[in-house]
Amino acid sequence: MNPKDELMLLEDELVKITAKAKEFGLDFYDMHFEICPAEIIYTFGAYGMPTRFSHWTFGKAYHKMKTQYDYNLGRIYEMVINSNPCYAFLLEGNSFIQNKLVMAHVLGHCDFFKNNAFFKATSRDMVESMAAAAERFREYEFEYGRTVVESFIDAAISIQEHIEPRALVKRGKATKKDGQKGKKHNCHSERPETPYDDLWDLEGIPECECGSCKKVKKFPPEPEKDLMLFITQHSMELENWQRDIMSVIRQEMLYFWPQMETKIMNEGWASYWHLRIMREIELDGSETIEFAKMHSGIIQTSRTRLNPYTLGLKIFEDIEKRWDKPTPEEKDKYGRPGGEGKQKIFEVRATENDISFLRNYLTKELIENMDLYLYKKIGHEWKVVDKEWERVRDGLVSSLTNCGHPYITVQDGDFNKRGELYLKHHYEGTELDVFYMEKTIPYLYKLWGRPVHMETVLDNKAVLFSYNGEKGSKKFL
Amino acid sequence: MSGSKFVISREDWSLHRKGEIDRERHREKVREAIKKNLADIVSEESIIMHDGRKVVKVPIRSLDEFHFRFDYGKQKHGGQGEGNSKKGDVINTDPQQGQGKGKGAGEEPGIDYYEADITVDELAEMIFEDLGLPNLEQKKKPELASESLEFKDVRKKGVASNIDRKRTIMEVIKRNALTGNPGLHGIIPEDLRFKTWETTFKFESNAIVLAMMDTSGSMGPFEKYIARSFFFWMVRFLRTKYNNVQIAFLAHHTEAKETTEEEFFTKGASGGTRCSSVYKLALDIIEKRYSPQDYNIYAFHFSDGDNLVSDNENCVKLINELLTVCNMVGYGEIEGSYYYTSTLRTAYKRINNPKFTSVNIKDKSGVYPALKKFFNQTPAQGTN
Repeated sequence: MNPKDELMLLEDELVKITAKAKEFGLDFYDMHFEICPAEIIYTFGAYGMPTRFSHWTFGKAYHKMKTQYDYNLGRIYEMVINSNPCYAFLLEGNSFIQNKLVMAHVLGHCDFFKNNAFFKATSRDMVESMAAAAERFREYEFEYGRTVVESFIDAAISIQEHIEPRALVKRGKATKKDGQKGKKHNCHSERPETPYDDLWDLEGIPECECGSCKKVKKFPPEPEKDLMLFITQHSMELENWQRDIMSVIRQEMLYFWPQMETKIMNEGWASYWHLRIMREIELDGSETIEFAKMHSGIIQTSRTRLNPYTLGLKIFEDIEKRWDKPTPEEKDKYGRPGGEGKQKIFEVRATENDISFLRNYLTKELIENMDLYLYKKIGHEWKVVDKEWERVRDGLVSSLTNCGHPYITVQDGDFNKRGELYLKHHYEGTELDVFYMEKTIPYLYKLWGRPVHMETVLDNKAVLFSYNGEKGSKKFL
Repeated sequence: MSGSKFVISREDWSLHRKGEIDRERHREKVREAIKKNLADIVSEESIIMHDGRKVVKVPIRSLDEFHFRFDYGKQKHGGQGEGNSKKGDVINTDPQQGQGKGKGAGEEPGIDYYEADITVDELAEMIFEDLGLPNLEQKKKPELASESLEFKDVRKKGVASNIDRKRTIMEVIKRNALTGNPGLHGIIPEDLRFKTWETTFKFESNAIVLAMMDTSGSMGPFEKYIARSFFFWMVRFLRTKYNNVQIAFLAHHTEAKETTEEEFFTKGASGGTRCSSVYKLALDIIEKRYSPQDYNIYAFHFSDGDNLVSDNENCVKLINELLTVCNMVGYGEIEGSYYYTSTLRTAYKRINNPKFTSVNIKDKSGVYPALKKFFNQTPAQGTN
């Protein structure tokens, strides 16, 4: 079949698939499908976007993914972008039936992007913003030198996960709080709060002497989780172009965060829908077998890694079942009338993220039927250490906390009264990788320009790692 | 269709090279990192001991993407069994940690650091970049050149047994097509083509390496490994310069004997040290088998320097003798766990001949500087 005919055929199929999806109640943006050669799909996969700034780490990721593809060890069938219209890239060389499955799958993703609450604040024009940022970065390279820009990006991405993903929700409230705490406090003033308070501050009302006020002067006023933002705003070291790079990387991370925190749900949802839609589409014998083969490849499980496609799919199917045909106990206890399966899964896809999804819907039966467990390294072996369902569920939930990254906050931006940066890792039972930490702190020094300290816990003792621009040190607190 | 629209298209992506460009930058960084760490990589065991594999893995820590992360080995992870897993089941053992059968782009935090794949040849090229052969002498005489025949040409006349069938048939087809009667029929003498040979002379340039090593009791596994790493690269290097490099392995304690490579590096010996024994053996072998007129001779001796003091004078004399027949004589002293005040190296300070070089090596990373010193393009007395 020549490419043109193939496109026409796919277009016919897409009409059917889209119609089915709508009939099922999926709600998605306009779609733009594009068929690309492997190099392109894998480039997009490595960068997460069709156009993004240049950096060797993307080249490294691309090399790894492309090599796997070349050796037939892994394959990306598609790549979807959270944008409006929604872009989806299909791998050239997908068979006809593979493309049908992939298109149905993609519609599931797009519905998720459009309707899940955690995506509400994401920019739907990110493709353009990222392309524009890439262009600016190129200009910086031209102006300041390629290696200068590169090594600055090295430093910036070393802390890129440390953002506040609820920025928009939280900052709204925080402004109020900031207003109270940040402004010069005066106990004697009984003026009601107004939007013009900052004007009065200009008069320079003397601070009161009361004891409780003395302690207020803290910087930041409350521990700040958004290291990227804090450094961008307060580092004395950075040039404007560097602040731009920092804020671009932060924005891009804010954009990708919802995808990371809903990976299981999103893939589960898309898999659920490719199954449902493909069931309604006529397939002949050999197509049915090819479809079954591909689907079973997608939901293949692994002893060392949870497959988000399988886990998400199973949970959605289970929710549907339990709300469609509740047990007498469920009927009685939760007042579930039955027959609400569809409605319930649409509600779940709109309101939850992976953490709440697992916490609320990963049941004892599912954990036992799927044979889920926790494993850990003991000596040189990785051993199953827990099969008790509540602990397995809680273990999985806690590994998803903060998308699997350590929770670190800025405690003091003027430590020792010398403008030093004091960070704290909020220890919750898992130690940090010390080698990596000791290599990361110098990057922070580069961004902050003053000595950097990091408090964490090793062997149940609080430890402070410091770096002063020349050498690192470590002391128990 | 109601509501949403869609487009499906296929475009020309041939100019989209972004991934390839950054991939190239990453490769550049890998090469830079290797170059910076040559001293450590040169004596990497996986390379020296590599069993004929072409590609070796070189750990490169500087290309890790450092960030704050949990200690993978101290974390609990989720997995899925096949329905009958039990507490205590071993699901993986260490070297293959974290290799799930995941699809496509999965993060595999189990891999602890970045390892670059590099061919030994590529690595050798980087190492040899600044190395040269000092005191290279023209040894090859025309008489030494061996004659060989090579079929290189096709002609219209020739010996019938050398007829080139394929080309002859092509000619027939061509001629018939030209005359408007295509097909394979009627071979005429003009169609015939013959393979013809040319005589070529191959110049043999031979080099012989006399690898001498002290195998007395004080030479432990570390000292031997250092010597081995050195010889490994030296032989590879000489092979880039000569068609044919032979190595003779001479081991000695108080007496010297020629051994196989295997014995040379593995067999432990014991007893005292008399280095003059091995130099005598070397001179003997040169006289019997490798005439300096035909061979470039490189003699290298590794020892921990703990020689019988009364023998030192004799050694200096024999080294001077070796220098008259060799392109180069090198002496490497490996400083191991023992420390000696009076070593052979001290005695050799008196030798003043540009063909003689001595180095001392304290640890693994000393092998590369030693190579650089021995194979310095400008000989010692030369100005830079």
